[in-house]
Amino acid sequence: MGRSCRLPRLCWALVAERVAEGTWVELQRIVLEPEERAADLPEETRRVPLEMRVKGFLVRSAAVGEEAEILTPAGRRLQGTLDAVNPAYTHGFGPPVPELAGIGGELRARLRASRESGEA
Amino acid sequence: MSGHAEVMARRGEIVRKSIGLDYARYVTGVLAFDYEGLLADTGYDVETVRALQARSAVGSTPLVELRNLTELVRSIAPAGRGARIFVKDEAANPSGSFKDRRASVSVHEARERGFDGVVAATSGNYGAAVASQAAKAGLGCIVVQEAFDSRGVAQPEIAEKTRACEAYGAEVIRLSVGPELFSVFLRVLEETGWFNASLYTPYSILGIETLGHELALQTRAATGAFPDVVVVTHAGGGNLTGTARGLRAAGAAEARVVAASVDLTGLHMASDRDFNRKSFTTGHTGFSIPFTTWPDRADVPRNAARALRYMDRFVTVTQGEVFYATQALAELEGLERGPAGNTSLAAAFALAQELPRDRTLVVQETEYTGAGKHPLAQLDLARRLGVGIERGDPRRSRPGESIVIPERPEQITVREVELDGLRRSYVANALASLDPETDLAEEDLDFLAAETRTRPDWVREAIDGIHAARG
Repeated sequence: MGRSCRLPRLCWALVAERVAEGTWVELQRIVLEPEERAADLPEETRRVPLEMRVKGFLVRSAAVGEEAEILTPAGRRLQGTLDAVNPAYTHGFGPPVPELAGIGGELRARLRASRESGEA
Repeated sequence: MSGHAEVMARRGEIVRKSIGLDYARYVTGVLAFDYEGLLADTGYDVETVRALQARSAVGSTPLVELRNLTELVRSIAPAGRGARIFVKDEAANPSGSFKDRRASVSVHEARERGFDGVVAATSGNYGAAVASQAAKAGLGCIVVQEAFDSRGVAQPEIAEKTRACEAYGAEVIRLSVGPELFSVFLRVLEETGWFNASLYTPYSILGIETLGHELALQTRAATGAFPDVVVVTHAGGGNLTGTARGLRAAGAAEARVVAASVDLTGLHMASDRDFNRKSFTTGHTGFSIPFTTWPDRADVPRNAARALRYMDRFVTVTQGEVFYATQALAELEGLERGPAGNTSLAAAFALAQELPRDRTLVVQETEYTGAGKHPLAQLDLARRLGVGIERGDPRRSRPGESIVIPERPEQITVREVELDGLRRSYVANALASLDPETDLAEEDLDFLAAETRTRPDWVREAIDGIHAARG
């Protein structure tokens, strides 16, 4: 997405995509570039940046991808790249796992068998 | 923004201001410090902590007898064996884990000292606990988490903790993988001037003493005697230290304290690649071995969690065994909990088979379960990352490559971590922290003996052995 625009029609498109002040959003920021990272890291960690994401309320309207400022629930003002608007919690349970599905039945059968044989 | 190294250089000053404890006052040697004095001078004991925890609905959790699991253990144990198994249902705490006990004292202390807020570096239940307690106390809260890998994939259990912290009104700083989290944490402390609700202050450990104290008295009320064995899920050492101290305060000093960790040998704690290949985010050897053998790697000058002083035995179990135990707890006892908190439960299943039937074994915690924080979510992610999941002999599993879920309860076993080796590692780490020319005084030898539960002559011998090995 362009940061500046010469054509009035495109400007309107950008305005339309602007996120309103006060919206709950997430900012993203690079804390350390790969060359700034601690020395004793595994190679796969050292070659990627240390990245930060924080949520808060947008202080001034901005578009996704632009520099923006948020007011966090702790009352801090943070700057970074506007990354997501009202981001969803997407973690869940996932599908049932067949390798776990049988365990309860197996154990109940074991208990029944031991009760019947009078062992337990 | 200041760089990692610059912030780390100001570490001592930032930490001192953010805790308000002068650790230097307790130094008694080049290694030695007055551990009991550091704890006692806080002014908290079991009774005062119990009173303040009661005001925020923390503690007094049920002790639940696991009759069906005990019966299952007895059906496979040698004749006459199979201790009664109880579990302390710590999921009944306000934010769903025993971590509320730690957070309650830290947040109370922060408020008493006039701080406006608290900051904690934690990806686990402790974040939700601090956020919950801070909410009730009217303090601000910031939680710094290691939350996602470089591809943006969040560990599902940590994603749930993000949600929980935000639900309690905390600011959550989510970071990608790396130990430089600590410098971000320090910068937040410096910028806000808020209290460092570290997991490793005396407050945090004193908050857990009520857990050991309660379970001792509850066990005696249920069985007529204190517990014979208490199994503790072991990571940074606070859970074990606080519980053992609480048992002693209750008069149950004879109870054997067994540490249990999930074996994650081979997975690197700072690896972006390994981050999501760990299906457990706590209670594992990646924390417990380094913290047992050198507790002062924490975010405070002297760690109040000193597990080697209190453990009688240390065992590991595999990820698959804990998932199996988690499923068994749900389906045989009607308690959907964990999974990470069920590490001690998996170990208990094997340990109870060693004990006579008239003995009592207490699993000292459960934790809440939920989206992301569940065996299904962990196994689903593991499978997507190419980790093999199968039923079979769990001893064949390889952390990060395969998770083997037992086919039969007999396949749940514990692997011993020899305490002698841990003690020698501790002494080696202690020596490595000093200039090689440093002379140890009697105070320091006595301190090392207390730290390792040995005698000064054992310490001298261990030191000689380490020097000889270095040539």
